[in-house]
Amino acid sequence: MQLYARRKLINTVNMTASVLTTLLGLLFLAWILAVLVGKGVSAINGSLFTEMTPPPGSAGGLANALIGSLMLTVTAVVIGTPIGIMAGTYLAEYGRGGAFAEIVRTINDILLSAPSIIIGVFVYAMMVAPQGHFSGWAGAVALAIIVIPVVLRTTENMLSLVPTQMREAAAALGAPQWMVIMKVVYKAAITGMVTGVILAVARITGETAPLLFTALNNQFWTLNMNEPMANLPVVIFQFAMSPYDDWRELAWAAALLITALVLGMNILARTLTRGHK
Amino acid sequence: MSNTLESSLEADKTHMHMNRSSRGFAMGDMVFKWTALFFALVVLLLLAGIIIMLAKGSVPAFEAFGWGFITLEDWDPVNEIYGAWAALVGTLVAAAIAMLIGLPLSFGIAIFITEMAPQWLKRPVGTAIELLAAVPSIIYGMWGLFFFAPWFAAHIQPGLVATLGPLPLIGGLFQMPLLGGASGVSVLTAGIVLAIMIVPFMASVIRDVFEIVPPVLKESAYGIGATTWEVVWNVVLPYTKTGVVGGVMLGLGRAIGETMAVTFIIGNASQLGSSLLEPGTTIAAKLANEFNEADGLQMDALIAMGLLLFIITFIVLMLSKLLLMRLAATQEGRKT
Repeated sequence: MQLYARRKLINTVNMTASVLTTLLGLLFLAWILAVLVGKGVSAINGSLFTEMTPPPGSAGGLANALIGSLMLTVTAVVIGTPIGIMAGTYLAEYGRGGAFAEIVRTINDILLSAPSIIIGVFVYAMMVAPQGHFSGWAGAVALAIIVIPVVLRTTENMLSLVPTQMREAAAALGAPQWMVIMKVVYKAAITGMVTGVILAVARITGETAPLLFTALNNQFWTLNMNEPMANLPVVIFQFAMSPYDDWRELAWAAALLITALVLGMNILARTLTRGHK
Repeated sequence: MSNTLESSLEADKTHMHMNRSSRGFAMGDMVFKWTALFFALVVLLLLAGIIIMLAKGSVPAFEAFGWGFITLEDWDPVNEIYGAWAALVGTLVAAAIAMLIGLPLSFGIAIFITEMAPQWLKRPVGTAIELLAAVPSIIYGMWGLFFFAPWFAAHIQPGLVATLGPLPLIGGLFQMPLLGGASGVSVLTAGIVLAIMIVPFMASVIRDVFEIVPPVLKESAYGIGATTWEVVWNVVLPYTKTGVVGGVMLGLGRAIGETMAVTFIIGNASQLGSSLLEPGTTIAAKLANEFNEADGLQMDALIAMGLLLFIITFIVLMLSKLLLMRLAATQEGRKT
């Protein structure tokens, strides 16, 4: 009986701890979101989208950073997605079970979790230093290097879920392998692949470290990818660390925007895959 | 007779036609396969490129200071003396704090979701934790600098100093710094914010690993009267241990390489403080703060520190990958 009571006690203590840790986790989520909304909402207004980032001590907006972030993200996705999809296709359709595919998979996992600041240093050494100036292109390449492993991973996973019978059925009709892949396998896996791209976009939307040494920042409106380019994360970093109230307020507004975007994309990706099942 | 001849001729024609188009198909197949292979190679080249670029860039620093670069504590731009030790130790200490706090929290959350939560609660809590994992790290940094660190300095820090400070051995780690104690900017708060950042990530991975335990195993343990905790400790954990360690290592990799969350809060001091409540720095934070203004030997030294950081995370990630692969292998072995 005593043993039984002791076991029960241990169980109660540990399970209570488990509930408490979960509550603590949720509490932090609530705290962070409350801070973002509390600080960010009051800073969001129309001029945010029409005016440029101001010099210290005056009001302004984030228009140049918004367009810069948009251009960097779109370029990175355009560069990174085809590479990720084709490499993922190779792993799932051609290299299954082979040693080469296993190596690529391992390397990809390492790229997936490599510190993003290292990617910034790499692109700096590869592009910024030889060219002699920071540029939007360098920023987009750095972000593309983050997109590739995310897209590769999801593509491979999604293609592997497509039943082999579907490939066999298409092959039996005389379709060559590339047509089987393009017209049957991709079609069956498209939702999952799109989800992968959305998750990749969500990931790079908030990435700051790789842009610090590549796209840097720009106080002015520019669409020229050869120049340094303003972008939301670096603006947040510079403005939040500054002593000026106007700048800090803009940083909170940008932080709220970014978080809303990232969470929105994650929720979208979730609903997509859920509807598919 | 003529009829059969005609139809066989017809068949021949279609056969020839098929031959021609199947040759075109074969071409398409080749092109597609080689393109796919080429892009798979690009992934390998990327990693090779990163390693080569970092190694090449760090040659001057190692030439100037030798292997002592790693253990040299000074960072003195005026006299051009650079060592990685302070940042290296800062990186490891902040990551260690993050793991010390983050591990129990992640386990608690994973156990709650897989073993305790009623069905209707599993999904929302799991989703909330995963969303917390998706919040960009710069947001954690801002929140940490403006809200968490000051709150910690006002409410927790004095208690810590009073209770742990006088203790032998570890007491030195909890001494109030002479300057800047009120802002809460320190290695300790950076480590805690890091923990809060990696907990949702590790909890999701551990939960996924816990969920592969076959229900039959757990049910038979419950059937002979085991408590929930006993099921977790004696059935779930032994079954999943390699996977759990793999997931934890993934979290550690993140903690070591994280930049923005740490840069905001750690205070970027070049010296190694003796107390955890003093500001410090990590390799990633040092890169974020100094890289753009650096040139010459300072730039080389920063790249060399980047190489060190990459090597450390590389080793951690490889270990985690090996462990997770071993879990997958035992999984398959058990199925058959």
